[in-house]
Amino acid sequence: MSSITVRYFASLRERLGRSQEQLPAAGISSAAEVWGRICPDPMPVNTLIAINQEYAGPDSPVKAGDEVAFFPPVTGG
Amino acid sequence: MIRVQKEVFDPWRELDAFQARQGPEWAGRFGATAVFVGSLRDFNQGHAVAGMTLEHYPGMTEGHLKKICAEAHARWELLDTLIIHRYGALLPGDPIVLVATWAAGRDTAFAACRYLIDKLKTRAPFWKQEATPDGACWVKPE
Repeated sequence: MSSITVRYFASLRERLGRSQEQLPAAGISSAAEVWGRICPDPMPVNTLIAINQEYAGPDSPVKAGDEVAFFPPVTGG
Repeated sequence: MIRVQKEVFDPWRELDAFQARQGPEWAGRFGATAVFVGSLRDFNQGHAVAGMTLEHYPGMTEGHLKKICAEAHARWELLDTLIIHRYGALLPGDPIVLVATWAAGRDTAFAACRYLIDKLKTRAPFWKQEATPDGACWVKPE
């Protein structure tokens, strides 16, 4: 498990044109660094981050084997 | 109990079935049941809505609904809680969500029910996309 699974949902998934990908974990230590690898643009304002399905922040630590998700504000109910 | 499902559901039948499953030991143990049902309108922010697709994050959704219920149980004296939420394709009139709480009195039942639907709306990873006359449109948060 030397990779990180990255997932996208809703408008962010459409914007990136993919719902999931694997990233080599080497050199990545935070959620913000994951974003830096997957997209050249800055993270959209209001983007929510989850690490292993728990809410997290851009500075939250990320390690090999983790699942990191980026998505817009939620609109259920 | 929490359930996230693609299929249409009838909230009133679900409540009936849920209570029936509890058996006779439930009888007399609660004085109040508070119920919230959210349904799909055929209008939103001034435009017509022909249908909706609800996307979710499988696993995280269930995990957070359970967490929200556990928070309500820690905060109030509740006999039980029930949340059912749809995903996938919905039509106007379809129930989207059912939230129910059972408690000794109405203050507790109402407060816990309100807490559950409010937390669900801000934390459960669901995203609504409406079918409008101008095409598919992601709903903005309230």
